[in-house]
Amino acid sequence: MWKTILRRILIMIPEIIILSIIVFLLAKAMPGDPFTGSINPRAGVAQIHHLMEVNGLYDPWYQQYWNWVVHLFHGNLGESYQYNEPVTRIIGQRAVNTLWLSLFTVVLTYLIALPMGIYAGRHEGKLPDTVIRFYTYVTYCIPFFVILVLGIWIFGYVLGWFPTTGSVSPTANGTFATIGSRFYHMLLPGILGALFGTVNIVQYLRSEVVDAKSSDYVRTARAKGVPINDIYRHHIFRNSLLPIAAFAGYSITGLLNGAIFTESVFSYPGMGLLFVNSISYRDYTVITALVLLFGILNIFGTLLSDIILSIVDPRIRIE
Amino acid sequence: MKQTGENYEEISTEDLKRLSKQAEKEAAPSAGRIIWNEFKADRPALIALVIVVAFILFVVIASLFINTSKMMETNILDYFDAPFKDGFLLGADAGGRSIAQQLIVGSRNSIGIALGLTVISSTFGIAWGLISGYFGGFVDWGMQRVYDFMMMLPMTMMIIVIVTIINNYNAVTLTLIFSCFYWLGTSRLIRSRTLAESKKDYVAASITSGTNPWKIIFREVMPNISSLIIVDTTLSFAENIGVETGLSYLGFGLPAQTPSLGTLIANANDPNNITEYWWTWFPAALEIIILCLAISYIGQVARRAADSSQRKSNK
Repeated sequence: MWKTILRRILIMIPEIIILSIIVFLLAKAMPGDPFTGSINPRAGVAQIHHLMEVNGLYDPWYQQYWNWVVHLFHGNLGESYQYNEPVTRIIGQRAVNTLWLSLFTVVLTYLIALPMGIYAGRHEGKLPDTVIRFYTYVTYCIPFFVILVLGIWIFGYVLGWFPTTGSVSPTANGTFATIGSRFYHMLLPGILGALFGTVNIVQYLRSEVVDAKSSDYVRTARAKGVPINDIYRHHIFRNSLLPIAAFAGYSITGLLNGAIFTESVFSYPGMGLLFVNSISYRDYTVITALVLLFGILNIFGTLLSDIILSIVDPRIRIE
Repeated sequence: MKQTGENYEEISTEDLKRLSKQAEKEAAPSAGRIIWNEFKADRPALIALVIVVAFILFVVIASLFINTSKMMETNILDYFDAPFKDGFLLGADAGGRSIAQQLIVGSRNSIGIALGLTVISSTFGIAWGLISGYFGGFVDWGMQRVYDFMMMLPMTMMIIVIVTIINNYNAVTLTLIFSCFYWLGTSRLIRSRTLAESKKDYVAASITSGTNPWKIIFREVMPNISSLIIVDTTLSFAENIGVETGLSYLGFGLPAQTPSLGTLIANANDPNNITEYWWTWFPAALEIIILCLAISYIGQVARRAADSSQRKSNK
């Protein structure tokens, strides 16, 4: 098993290097340079050229890439043009919001999906199973952003139950009020994300339960006289829980991709909204940093899931 | 073969015709035939199919009669006309432009892009999966590393960044950019099926008799998994409708002067529009939902047809 994990981590290293090269080249391909914006009567074109030369912007791309990587390891991602602040600080502020919203959504997704998957598997082919399968089918095929728009329209504007912008209300004072307000702002996007993100977990769990129903250990338990509810709660659920837990890593990828839509619709100041705004302002340092960060988070999310799965399920281990 | 052939009696052409007809009757029906039977057995699916096909035809033909540049002209007198006022069937938006006309042209653009994306990305994904699954070994390992790497990329972000770098893009370049990223799911599915398929006897027999591997892949393995291909293509078409509309909604898809279902829904970004002038965005949202549900329902029926134990037409 350690071999598998080691191999998995070794594969990750070239992935991160290629990702960083692609991100760097994309950043180079974006129009504009960091100094043209600061042309003024005192600093002419010649001086800009001098600045470009001093900062190594005329070097060949591999040398520039190397400098960029060295800066990266020093935690220096450059300054945002839009905010005139270090990129790390700006992203740090937004990352907390995205992190909390994602965490809340994941927890909620599991709370909804676990009972559903087990219930559907237990009553395979009967009415509840049909209803749950219909539900997963509907939630799977509708584009998520349409659901978000409809959700904010009905529950945010028409019924007025939930806030429609921001992550915390400006009038909230004191620790408890702030936490409460933050939670209140996460509620609608979190619920929508959870209700419409259950498909994978429900389907996986359902098929696990259906398989387990006819397996030997369940038959043995039933022969011993274990009550049927206990079999589901202790035997089958326990067995399918770990692979399900491993899905959490994969769902990071999905949530981060979804964050762009969720945060745009709800004007929720997280990394997704920051990305969309930075694109509109052509704030390249922020864009580059965000793409790299999301890529690395995806890589680690998948790594986490793969490791958990390889521990749980020996069949998956790499030869 | 020739030497042994002389030992048999010659078969007359009539017998040959009769025999091949008989064989045709007894052979398993083709994938297309099975799926068609399944549709005939499931009334709602047939209705969904008719609706989707009729709607696409209507949108394509109707948009021929709409002058797009005239439609996108601003007319301040019709500012946010309500539905059925001044001859606007679905009202008008902030620029006094007819929502109904934008909806028709927008649907044509969005569906067209989704179709193009499905054709390109599925073709590529199927070829990738077949080659990777059939050859196995080192080829498969390499192709799977590429797949793993692509899966890590923050897809939406990459597409948005590429779209901002390319200055002059249109529907075709947009479709190509999407296609670079959306073949992954198909390739994984086809690969796992090909892995299982290429262990079967008919492939081994073909290899032994010295058939060209490419011929085995595309003329023997591919037809045998054609039902899976049909199902996957239908389902990814339903998904792909969300791809372009989603990015257009964010403002990074089709240019502003080209209507799309996504840009119409983007009218809802204005807090005033979303409640007071709901007709500017709601029809487009409703259309996407109905279209996606109908297409993937068709896909579900096709999937049922592909699995003989689930077929309704057998019962």
